[in-house]
Amino acid sequence: MTTTTPEGQAAPASSDGDVLRCEHISKRYGPVTALTDVNLRLARGEVLGLIGDNGAGKSTLLKILCGFQPPSSGKIFLDGREVVFRSVDHARSLGIEAVYQDLALINQLSVYHNMFLHREKVRWPLLSNRAMRKLAKEHLDDMGVKIPSVDSQVAQLSGGQRQAIAVARAVYSEAKILLLDEPLAAMGVKEGAIILDLVRRLRERGDVSVIIIAHNYGQVLEVCDRVNLIQHGEITLDKYSRETSVQELTEMVVAEFRKALEERQRSA
Amino acid sequence: MSEIVEPKAAVPGHPPGEPGEPGGPLAVLRRGGSAFLRQREATVFLVALALFLYFTLSNSAFLGTNNLTTWLSGYAAQIILITIGEVLLLICGEIDLSVGFVFLFAPFLMHYLIDFYGVPAILAILISLLLGVAVGWLNGFLTVTLRLPSFITTLGTGFILWGLALTTSHAAPANIPASAAGIGKFFGTQSGGFAWAPIIWAVVFVAVFHVVLTRTRWGLYTISVGDNLLGAQEAGISVGRIKYGNFMISGFMGALVGLQVAFYDSTIDPSAGQWQPMFYAVTAAVIGGTAMLGGQGTILGGFLGALVLSLLLDGLYLVGVNANPLYIVFGAAVLIAMIANVQLTRLREAGRQ
Repeated sequence: MTTTTPEGQAAPASSDGDVLRCEHISKRYGPVTALTDVNLRLARGEVLGLIGDNGAGKSTLLKILCGFQPPSSGKIFLDGREVVFRSVDHARSLGIEAVYQDLALINQLSVYHNMFLHREKVRWPLLSNRAMRKLAKEHLDDMGVKIPSVDSQVAQLSGGQRQAIAVARAVYSEAKILLLDEPLAAMGVKEGAIILDLVRRLRERGDVSVIIIAHNYGQVLEVCDRVNLIQHGEITLDKYSRETSVQELTEMVVAEFRKALEERQRSA
Repeated sequence: MSEIVEPKAAVPGHPPGEPGEPGGPLAVLRRGGSAFLRQREATVFLVALALFLYFTLSNSAFLGTNNLTTWLSGYAAQIILITIGEVLLLICGEIDLSVGFVFLFAPFLMHYLIDFYGVPAILAILISLLLGVAVGWLNGFLTVTLRLPSFITTLGTGFILWGLALTTSHAAPANIPASAAGIGKFFGTQSGGFAWAPIIWAVVFVAVFHVVLTRTRWGLYTISVGDNLLGAQEAGISVGRIKYGNFMISGFMGALVGLQVAFYDSTIDPSAGQWQPMFYAVTAAVIGGTAMLGGQGTILGGFLGALVLSLLLDGLYLVGVNANPLYIVFGAAVLIAMIANVQLTRLREAGRQ
C-alpha cells in the first residue's frame, strides 16, 4: 500500500491501525458527479495531506468526513467500525472535528473565552474566568502557540495566530481526527510557519490524526507523513511524503490539466 | 478635555511603580488616567460628566432634590431600563421597535384586569409584566422561527399593540386602580421617598444585566451570536434561544417601564410610550458604544448614554429652553455629544498605540 502507480487507484489496506477508512465514497449533486470513487485511510497519529486542483473534490470529501453531508454511496469506518454521520454534531461526538477557514472564532471575545466556547467552566451563575484563563494558557503553551496574552481579543490577533487558536481549540476538545481546511491559504511565510510548527507538534504528540487540505505541495510534503492527490473525484496518488516530490505532484497535476485541455480542443 | 487625553504620553500596560519610570504624583495621576481611559465607557462618562457640570453651574436648582428626582426617576430611569433590552438585542444583531407599545399597553392591561375582571392587583401587575415577555416571545417567534427581519417583526407587533391600546381604551386616559396604588409606590411615585424608586430599580437592573452580559454564558453567547452567527452555530450554541430570550427581556423592560411611568404620573395615558422610548433607548445604546450591526456593546455604556440623553432632556428644560425649539437643541446636542464621544475614542485609541 506504500506505493501505487500514478494512474492506478490505491486499494485501501485493511490495516487495524487505521482510525479512519473510507471505501468507495461517491457524491453526486443532481447530474454533477463531485466524487466518483474515493478510497482513503488515515492511520493513528498520522498527518495526511490531501491535495488537488480546484474542483477536484477536496471540499466535498471534507464535508462528507465531518458529517456536513452524507455520501451518495460508500462506507466510512472509524476504528474499524462502520459509521453513518447524522450531522456535524454527531461526527464531532465521535471525535471528528473540522477547522474551517472561516474559523468559527468570535472576534469580540478573548482568546480564552474562544478556547472554551460552548464548553465554558462555570460556577453557577458566573463564568469561572480565572480557571478558563489558566487552562487556556497552559494548553496554548503546551501546544507551543505564542500569542501576546490569553486576554487579547481574537480580533487583535494575526491570521496565523487565529488559525492556531482554532486548531488548538479543536485539539483541546479531545478530537481524535482533525480536518484542517486550507489552513495555509492566504497566509504569509511567517504566519504559515506558526501552523506548520503546530502540525509538527501534533505529529510528535501522536494522539491526534490529521488530514490537511492544502494547495502548497512544498508545505504539505514538509509536515505530512503521507499525501493523497485527488483528481476528478478519485484519489490518483497515495504515497509517503519521503517517496514523492513537489516535482512529481506538479507533473501529475499538469499532465491531468494537459489531458483535459487536449480533450476540449479535440471536441471543439 | 485635552488635558485628560494627555496620558497618551504614559506607557500603557505598564504596572505603576515599575522601575525606571519617573515617579511622583503627576506620573501616578497620568497612569491612573490612562488606565481609566482604556475603559470603553470612559469617553461617554466624560461627556455625561461635562453635561452634569454644565447644568450644575448654569442653574442652581439643578442639584435640588426636586430636580434630581425629576432627572433620574422622571427622565433617566425609563430610558435606562429600555436601553438594557435594546443593548442586548443590538449586540445579538436584532432590534425591538415594539418596546414603546408594550410600554403603552401594559398599564392599560393592568387597569382592565383589575377594574373589569376583578383580578387582584398583584396578579394583574404580574400578568401585565408577562404581557411584555409574551410580546417578546412573539417577536422571537416571528424573527427566529419564521425568519422575518426584526425591524419588520417588531414594527408589526408594535403597531398591533398600539391599535389594541387605542381601541380598548377609546384613546382616553384611565386612573390608576385604587387597589394597585399601594404596590404602585414600589414602582415609584412623585411624592416622598418613593420618588427615588424608579432610578433605584434602574440601577439594580443595570448592575444585574451588566453581570449577565460580562460574566455569564448568556452574555458570552449574546456577543457570539451577534459577532459570528455561523461560528456560534458551529460551536453548538443554540442561537435561536439567545435571540428569543433577549426579545423577552426587552419586552419585559417595556412592560415594567410602562407600569412604572403610569404609577409615577398617577395616570394611564394613551399617548405614553410609542416610538419615542425606543428611539431614546437605541440612541443611548449607540452613544454608549453599542454597534448597530451587532457583536459589540455594554450595559454600562448604554446606562451612561441614557444618562446623557436624560441630562439633556431635563437640563435644557431647566435652563429655560422653550418647549417648541427644545428638540432643535436636543437634536444638536445629541450630535455634539456623539461627535465628542467618537473623537475622544479616536484619541484614546491613538494613545493606546
